[in-house]
Amino acid sequence: MKITVAEALIKALEFEGVEVMFGHPGGAILPAYDPLYDSPIRHILARHEQGAGHMAEGYAQATGRVGVAIATSGPGATNLVTSLANAYMDSTPMVAITGQVPTTAIGNDAFQEAHTWGISMPATKHNYLVTDPEDIPDVIHEAFHLARSGRPGPVLVDLPKNILNSEIEWHEPTGRVDLPGYKPNTKGHPLQIRAAVDLILEAERPVLYAGGGIIAAGAHAELLELAEKANLPVTTTLMARGAFPDTHPLSLGMPGMHGTYAAITAMQKADLLIAVGTRFDDRVTGDPDAFAPHAKVIHADIDPSEIGKIRVAEVPIVGDARIVLEQLNRKIDKTLDGAAAPDHAAWLETIGDWQRDKVVHYEQDPAGPIKPQFVVEELYRITGGEAVVVAGVGQHQMWASQLWKYTKPRTWLNSGGLGTMGYAIPAAIGAKLGLPDQLIYAIDGDGCFQMTQQELTTASTEGIPIKIAVLNNNNLGMVRQWQRLFYNERFSATELTDHTPDFVKLAEAMGCVGLRAEHPSEVGPVIEKSLTINDRPVVVEFRVDPDEMVFPMVPAGGSNDVVAMSREDLE
Amino acid sequence: MRGALMTLHVLSVLVEDKPGVLARVSSMFARRGFNIHSLAVGPAAEPGNSIMTVVVNAGEIEQVVKQLRKLINTIKITELDPVGSVEREVMLVRVSADASKRGELLDAAGVFKAKAVDVGATSVTFEMTGTPSKVNDFLELMRPYGLIDVVKSGWIALARDSKTRNLRAIS
Repeated sequence: MKITVAEALIKALEFEGVEVMFGHPGGAILPAYDPLYDSPIRHILARHEQGAGHMAEGYAQATGRVGVAIATSGPGATNLVTSLANAYMDSTPMVAITGQVPTTAIGNDAFQEAHTWGISMPATKHNYLVTDPEDIPDVIHEAFHLARSGRPGPVLVDLPKNILNSEIEWHEPTGRVDLPGYKPNTKGHPLQIRAAVDLILEAERPVLYAGGGIIAAGAHAELLELAEKANLPVTTTLMARGAFPDTHPLSLGMPGMHGTYAAITAMQKADLLIAVGTRFDDRVTGDPDAFAPHAKVIHADIDPSEIGKIRVAEVPIVGDARIVLEQLNRKIDKTLDGAAAPDHAAWLETIGDWQRDKVVHYEQDPAGPIKPQFVVEELYRITGGEAVVVAGVGQHQMWASQLWKYTKPRTWLNSGGLGTMGYAIPAAIGAKLGLPDQLIYAIDGDGCFQMTQQELTTASTEGIPIKIAVLNNNNLGMVRQWQRLFYNERFSATELTDHTPDFVKLAEAMGCVGLRAEHPSEVGPVIEKSLTINDRPVVVEFRVDPDEMVFPMVPAGGSNDVVAMSREDLE
Repeated sequence: MRGALMTLHVLSVLVEDKPGVLARVSSMFARRGFNIHSLAVGPAAEPGNSIMTVVVNAGEIEQVVKQLRKLINTIKITELDPVGSVEREVMLVRVSADASKRGELLDAAGVFKAKAVDVGATSVTFEMTGTPSKVNDFLELMRPYGLIDVVKSGWIALARDSKTRNLRAIS
């Protein structure tokens, strides 16, 4: 049966099990939108392609499935690039489909032509420009295989309009992939596993340093087993919040620039770091030459290029986090042979002292203003922690990470590596489509909100009842914090206009419910009210104190030996 | 990881012969801040693949190899050491020479087994094939006469037959 490449594309997407895709049509991609009209695949019409991309990411982060975004050539594709770069940094499985000008016009500066393949190359795990119509079923299958396997990431498929319109004989993808250079190693080498277990059982001050790879690999149960079996304190990076329960006695919370004192200091004093699915990001290590100076390192990652990139590993292990942790657990069982593992009592006691003594306080004056930390704690209390939290980037993101006790994977979604302001609203929409029965609560800042707010129209018109708490401090809070601390309080270009826009009216104009709290006593009730509205998206504006700062803090590039618990510590 | 001495490393990279592979490799080098000293590419023995000889100026080669390996179209990477491999470069060099200097130049070229491929009224063009250092030596020898144009192929290299590697019968 002869069908067009556009029809084959949609069939191939259906074949991959795609249930929803996020996009925006335009000239070059029009042929693909025609068969989509008859397809069971739901299409969400984003108001901006960047939003479509982040929706695909939010869907993928929440479900573990591949998120799909679709856009036209030129500006459609370039608008997608931020989401591709974001997904690449955070290892989020995503496939982007873009239209392209006809092959006969490529290179001629045609209308809406951009060199999408070249632009997206450094922002994707792999990308394709399809020039042979017969390739389409297998290219789509390959794209999904690459996006979800190994270290997950975004893959882009660029489709010229004349290719989309040409006819081919439909055949289902064979399921085979012809990628002779792509064979991710998933199982750790037995000798390395043995060497790692020897180090784990010898260590006196070990720290288990868990990254986003734990969540990508679904390795949270194996992580918990290892921690409990060998009495290892666990720190979860910004990408791994929820990979290990914050409520567990062995939990240290988040490491790094705004991590807990206990997590940062335990790594500095450790004699062994067991790093799994993590990449020694500069926001974790601070000055890498001063990071964890006494520690030997076991580094397990599916991506060999992450091992040794920043820090030499005494025991490098290339493999999938779940499989490697399972290997470690079995090897420890075998080595101990019924004997007790070291209890690390003195070490855990020292850590316990830090956890008790070195905490950041804030005071909520009943007379106001509302403290942003109070809003996060009230959200946690009132929802019972039973929500998927989605954050933008900045102060609100750090408070949402610090003050919420995450106990399950995929309940904390954010832009970690790229730090993309505006991630929250579209990512929450994608998450809600993936998990329709879940409460999705975005915690956003007023700066971030204004970068992608148009997607609230998408949410209301498509009937996607997400909730967004806007911590409105009328400022670009994190930038302002740095200006306060390091630029003599010269607040250059960080003040957003005083209460403009009116977030409540703006929400209502976009078909959402708008609520507001201006006084501490209104915080609880307005959150309660937001939870009763489930037929529309809800935006809750909290007018918060603009002078609050995020602590603990290790200044950028500084040594993690010096953790500021308050502003006084930096003076 | 940092601060290691910068040296030249020769990588033989087997890649799928697909459109844009060279762009992927050079884009990755640019993005990661690696220095390409020379790069030559051509078809490999088995159809559908290409061999790139990449000479990298780097302290540590491990990250370069790992990042190259990470490209989906890369099949195999071998680091070639000077002892276990044959390295060659081709150079065309046009040297300023009037009739009075011509004999002297041709004599020097004879020592280096460089071939005169074009002789004009004011210049001689030589073709020289050899190890990259030999080629360089010849270039330096020619320099005082006045170089008009120089073009080099970039290094190409192959591992020696592992069974005869120790014999070094043929250079």
